[in-house]
Amino acid sequence: MTERRGLRRRPPWLLVAPAAVGAAVFVVPFVALLFRAPWSDLRERISSDVVIDALRLSLLTSVLAAGLSVALGVPLAWLLARVDFPGRSLLRALVTLPMVLPPVVGGAALLFAFGRRGLVGGPVEEATGFLLPFSMWGVVAANTFVAMPFLVVTVEGALAGVDRRHEQAAATLGASPLTVLRRVTLPMIAPSLRAGAVLAWARALGEFGATITFAGNLQGRTQTLPLAVFVSLESDRDTAVAISLVLVSVSLVVLVALRDRWWTRP
Amino acid sequence: MNRTTLAVIAALALAACTGGEGGDRTVLVFAAASLSDAFGAIEVAYEEADPGVDVVVNVAGSSTLREQILEGAPADVFASASPAIMDELVAAGAVSGAPRVVATNRLQLAVPAGNPAAVRGLADLADDDLLVGICSAGVPCGGLAREAFALADIEPSIDTEEPDVRALLAKVAAGELDAGLVYETDVLAAGDTVEGVGSPDALGVSPGYPIAVLADASSTELAAQLGAFVRSDAGRSILAEAGFGPS
Repeated sequence: MTERRGLRRRPPWLLVAPAAVGAAVFVVPFVALLFRAPWSDLRERISSDVVIDALRLSLLTSVLAAGLSVALGVPLAWLLARVDFPGRSLLRALVTLPMVLPPVVGGAALLFAFGRRGLVGGPVEEATGFLLPFSMWGVVAANTFVAMPFLVVTVEGALAGVDRRHEQAAATLGASPLTVLRRVTLPMIAPSLRAGAVLAWARALGEFGATITFAGNLQGRTQTLPLAVFVSLESDRDTAVAISLVLVSVSLVVLVALRDRWWTRP
Repeated sequence: MNRTTLAVIAALALAACTGGEGGDRTVLVFAAASLSDAFGAIEVAYEEADPGVDVVVNVAGSSTLREQILEGAPADVFASASPAIMDELVAAGAVSGAPRVVATNRLQLAVPAGNPAAVRGLADLADDDLLVGICSAGVPCGGLAREAFALADIEPSIDTEEPDVRALLAKVAAGELDAGLVYETDVLAAGDTVEGVGSPDALGVSPGYPIAVLADASSTELAAQLGAFVRSDAGRSILAEAGFGPS
């Protein structure tokens, strides 16, 4: 069958013009960053100890945070989507709150909860000597706090869209709820689960405000790439731009690669 | 689009157009984080003396402010916690006229109220078990802290390098850090949430706080008037009350 000519008509300007402005919002700052980059000595700048330490820490903490988000967020999404309990709407709102809350407020709230004089952190330190702030696990906690909502929202949406009859069929054949989740539900929502995990990872990689508020800033322990950018913006702008390029490259490579593999599949 | 949506959009557009305070003349002051309280008081005093002027104070680490000014932030006056940072702006041609030092400050070891970790002096900061904070290397208080450690020949066990002195002070005041190196004026400003340990003189003296009118000031005259007010007896007594030393 030949394609109809009408389908190839030019897209209307009424859509193309705002779309172009919308695209410029993302493209112009990125191009400006490339213009500012210290290309001549980029290699030395991004192979300094500060950058290597920050890159290593960023990759480690963002992957840990994405892993934690999956481990805790999938059951949470399942609970929100499948179980009717009092306060469900409130819990759902609380879970998504970090998506709109300024991260620095999130960091302060984490301090009030898990800091030395915090609701939970105080008794825990007294009992075990373990303290989250100013440690690598503090970075992971801050990252998870801001990243997990992306996973929960994505997975819960997918769970709500799944045809329940498959689950019911499995259940009537004698499968336990856990088996239904593992053998029927999760395979059906696998693309959303992967997308949610990637979104959570990307959010964790870029996390700044909650981290510096809750976990502090120390090279090799809590100074992630975004913190390294912020600190070097004050003393050495070229290095700050170089680190930003590292951050942008890592994110772009992962997002583009994953997008091609998972998201555009029919 | 329904009526409510239109009304909301119209209201937002209106709010965006009417931001700011009528026809008042505005002076935008960029001030070092350690000057937060003192310049808050100066803002109030100046607006009382000249009600037609709206003084707006933007505080951050001096080095952050330097970068913002170099990137074209529309500031009229800059008050830096470091002559070196001011000199960089002078060299870049961003300053109009000569900067004048208006105050000095001293570094001090601060601990949370009650001194829970029983910190006695700088030497204790080498203890790995204590949670210790300083300012990051780029900001003036961070440079001074490193100088103080070098002078005392102490290898500190640092747990965090905060982006400005007030961020550090907040973490000490909250009890999340056992000790931090801040300014004498910060200890004073924190009231009874923070205690100073030892004499500030033992740690080294800050070189001073220069203030200058910026080359891109929207009104050089107005900016100069504010600078003169800071240097006047009224301005100096506000700075002295906040614990700053005379220039």
